[in-house]
Amino acid sequence: MSAILEMLQTAAEMGLIEGLTVLALFLSYSMLGVCDLSTDGCFTLGAVVGAVVALAGHPWLSILAAMLAGISSGFVTAFLQTRMGINSLLAGIIVNTALYSVNIAILGGSSLINLNKADTVFSFFRSVLGENGKSYAVLLVALIAVALATAFLVLFLKTRLGLAVRATGNNADMVKSSSINPIFTTTVGLCVSNAFTALSGCLLAQSQKGANINIGSGLVTVALASLLIGGTFIRRGGLLVKALGVVLGSIIFRLVYSLALSLDMPAYMLKAVSSIIVILAISLPYLKEKFPEFRRKIEHSPLGKKLKHKGDTNDA
Amino acid sequence: MLDLKNISKTFGKGTVNVHQVFGGLSLHIEKGDFVSIIGANGAGKSTLFNVIAGSIIPDEGLVELDGDDITMLPEHVRAKTIGRLFQDPMRGSAPGLSIEENLALAAGRGGWFSHITRADRKAFRDRLAMLDMGLEDRMNQPVGLLSGGQRQALTLMMATFNPPKLLLLDEHTAALDPATADKVMAITDKTVKENGLTCLMITHNMTTALEFGNRTLMMDRGRIIFDTCGEERSKLTVPDLLDKFRENAGKNLDNDRMLLS
Repeated sequence: MSAILEMLQTAAEMGLIEGLTVLALFLSYSMLGVCDLSTDGCFTLGAVVGAVVALAGHPWLSILAAMLAGISSGFVTAFLQTRMGINSLLAGIIVNTALYSVNIAILGGSSLINLNKADTVFSFFRSVLGENGKSYAVLLVALIAVALATAFLVLFLKTRLGLAVRATGNNADMVKSSSINPIFTTTVGLCVSNAFTALSGCLLAQSQKGANINIGSGLVTVALASLLIGGTFIRRGGLLVKALGVVLGSIIFRLVYSLALSLDMPAYMLKAVSSIIVILAISLPYLKEKFPEFRRKIEHSPLGKKLKHKGDTNDA
Repeated sequence: MLDLKNISKTFGKGTVNVHQVFGGLSLHIEKGDFVSIIGANGAGKSTLFNVIAGSIIPDEGLVELDGDDITMLPEHVRAKTIGRLFQDPMRGSAPGLSIEENLALAAGRGGWFSHITRADRKAFRDRLAMLDMGLEDRMNQPVGLLSGGQRQALTLMMATFNPPKLLLLDEHTAALDPATADKVMAITDKTVKENGLTCLMITHNMTTALEFGNRTLMMDRGRIIFDTCGEERSKLTVPDLLDKFRENAGKNLDNDRMLLS
């Protein structure tokens, strides 16, 4: 029983912490209409910046530093796609690649960092919660972070600036007609979303007491899978409901993953599974729409006519 | 009011597809004018609007609005004083945002971090009621659920929420069914008159061109070949316009949509 509870708790912790990245994609992918492929690198950036600052003895400052690093990364991605004529997907990939070097440089040439002895946000909450409650420290911090991030995001998206960001993904022409520069709104949207991604990485590194250079690799697909799972569970409702829905998607993803692990699925299958989820979630609606046309083509082909003919004679 | 001075624009310079749209076009519009513009396919009507609105920067020449040189001003900055509607009713509003949210962006009240207030909602409601389309009771619905006519009427309201110095209408009723087109045109006329707007309207409907406004321009191959207002215009009929075109352009008017209407 306790093993199951433990599994549920771990899934919830991971789901909530990565839920911040899913919220970031909720903003960039669902609202702004930009598939931000710098997510992996930015997540790692948040992890290493947070870890280095925490190791230097500033656990609270580490969160701020990680988010600022994320904002900078988002700014560069936005600058490349809005001012330099680089396709938005390519801009994300370029920044992601560059961040690999940047992240190792931040770690001083090393590819991993150990936080066993450092004070972190989590060690602070562990000492506050005391001997009985300390095992819930990660869950508590993750909950607080997700609650704050969700509240901020929902309030932000209802401001005039937030409306403009949402409209940019919807109809950039209309944003221009409203005397707002879509370049500005794209930049703001990517800065905010990357701040969330970096925060997510920072918290994961500190909760695991360390980070390596691959901590974020493949995360964009995992987060996209969570986002799309959340979208299938929560189809309607206001922004708050939708935002909570995508965090729920992240937790469900982690639960299913833990379940699969306990059924002896090897851990390295995580990324393949998340890729398949993303493929299914995006292409099923497309295939569903195309199906009548496909059926017509089959019926029209020589083979289809043959089969149909056979069916007719059988009926007779 | 609006002055275009010696505008030149050539697309695809240095390629086999080089195409000069304007070679020194000049145009003066008086404050309060409501000008209808007709012309053949490819006459440069929409390009003219693109130059005025800032979607295209001319190779040469000046665009002046109220005495200010706006030739190099970016599109979104010009949008503060120039409202624009397109033929495609989907182009003027954000489908994923509610009616209220679209209006809030168009109204542009408050700072970046302001929320929609109760006073805003009341103002939006009153304005929507004037359209007489029942939209005032659907303010929280996404705009994507509206019909083409409703969206175009909403776009018109958004473009004129803060009365612009200049309103550009680019065949804004062409994609609507005839009854809806008439309704949107009536709302347009009312809005322009009530706010005393200066307005340029491209239309393929010659009757509309003569019925609304106080001046009519006829364009062909980047030039204004006929310009009429006042008494002369009030006596013109659609056949007269076709004759004028043949006379001035040396060919029959070949706007495919125009022949059908």
